[in-house]
Amino acid sequence: MAEPKYLMFLGCAIPYRVSAYEISARKILGNLGVELVEMPEFNCCGLPMDPVSHEMMLILAARNLALADQKGLNIIALCPGCAGTLKKVGKMLKEDKTLREEINAHLKNAGLEFKGTVDAKHLMQVLIEDVGLEKIQKSVVKPLTMLKVAEHNGCHILRPKEFIGFDDPEDPKTLKTLIEATGATCLDYMDETECCGAPSVGVNDKIALQLARDKLNHIKMVDAQAMITICPFCHIMYDTNELRIEKMFNEAYGIPVLHYPQLLGLAMGIPPEELAFNELRVDVSKILKQFVEGEK
Amino acid sequence: MRCFQCGTCTSDCPIARFSDTYRPRQIIRMTQLGLRERVLNSDTLWLCASCFTCTDRCPQDVEVASVIRVLRNLAAEQGLFPQVFKEQGTSILETGYAYKIPELRIKKRESLGLPPLPKGNPESLNKVLHGISFLKSIEKKSD
Repeated sequence: MAEPKYLMFLGCAIPYRVSAYEISARKILGNLGVELVEMPEFNCCGLPMDPVSHEMMLILAARNLALADQKGLNIIALCPGCAGTLKKVGKMLKEDKTLREEINAHLKNAGLEFKGTVDAKHLMQVLIEDVGLEKIQKSVVKPLTMLKVAEHNGCHILRPKEFIGFDDPEDPKTLKTLIEATGATCLDYMDETECCGAPSVGVNDKIALQLARDKLNHIKMVDAQAMITICPFCHIMYDTNELRIEKMFNEAYGIPVLHYPQLLGLAMGIPPEELAFNELRVDVSKILKQFVEGEK
Repeated sequence: MRCFQCGTCTSDCPIARFSDTYRPRQIIRMTQLGLRERVLNSDTLWLCASCFTCTDRCPQDVEVASVIRVLRNLAAEQGLFPQVFKEQGTSILETGYAYKIPELRIKKRESLGLPPLPKGNPESLNKVLHGISFLKSIEKKSD
């Protein structure tokens, strides 16, 4: 079977401030034989504009899908917001001829057309469906059996179920399965599927940070050594903002927040310095020290 | 709408947990009653995090989050929307990206071993977005 090949859709948040996710994702995908082709040109997936203009969101998403149509490649997105939006709009335009014609009239102004020949998937969906658990398990050469972690899926990888639908939003299993493939233990905790609060930043920061604090409290209660995310926005809420949350609410967490590909990368035996741990805000040295000592 | 005001949306809403004013059930009720101006002028309309928990759990299949999105779109047409959307909308038109990626970040990619960042195509973007009403709302809104 030919190795899977995708158009890499970075989105806005990752190049803006979440490089560690991109660096580690490229590393693990390379190791798993997934080929990445860069997008020929870029525009935002459209999701940030949906609250103010559904129309603008549809056109922005459709423009990306039309570019992918031209390339004849499915899209892989690292951000669940981008993946969900592109997937949802693709489905809407395929099923609704009137809407498709309306949006294509806009795209035509720039010589583009949505044909609906390609699909968009999030990294996690590519890992579980296209690469497969068996291949991932085989790639693990240094099982992280000493690590106990907590997962955080985030909302847009799961909801709305009608459009995303590859996992159960009430009891998601995919990320847990992928974490366990690395040898680490994935702990259960209260309100696991709760939102990180990121979409409310800029509208009401205090509520957003209260949501993130709740999560960190619940994770602290079960003594997780780290939190594992698969979304740039969730990561910003817990890693970039952890210190801010500690100060604002007089708490102390010190919980490192790892991108899932960083965890898998460690288990694959990729040297930690190639997985951009130095880009993380919360100190990860304890985990890395344990990892290096575990090797001896 | 088939909403029978059970309140599942509000009780499961992560924002309502911390806000004293944001109540999705109330927004849906006001919408059913046609209290247009009160709903569209309400600050709480912008608190929804679009997590879609309400939509997935509504026993009557009301797409609560999508109703709130439609209400926000209507408010935006009247120029009622938080400033952050003007900033992001303008950035998308100018660069393709919702945030202005600092030059330093773009240059740093090479030293991090990352491929060059795909460039936006403002000319093409302006063409495909030509004539949509939100662009007028952006122009009208003061900084």
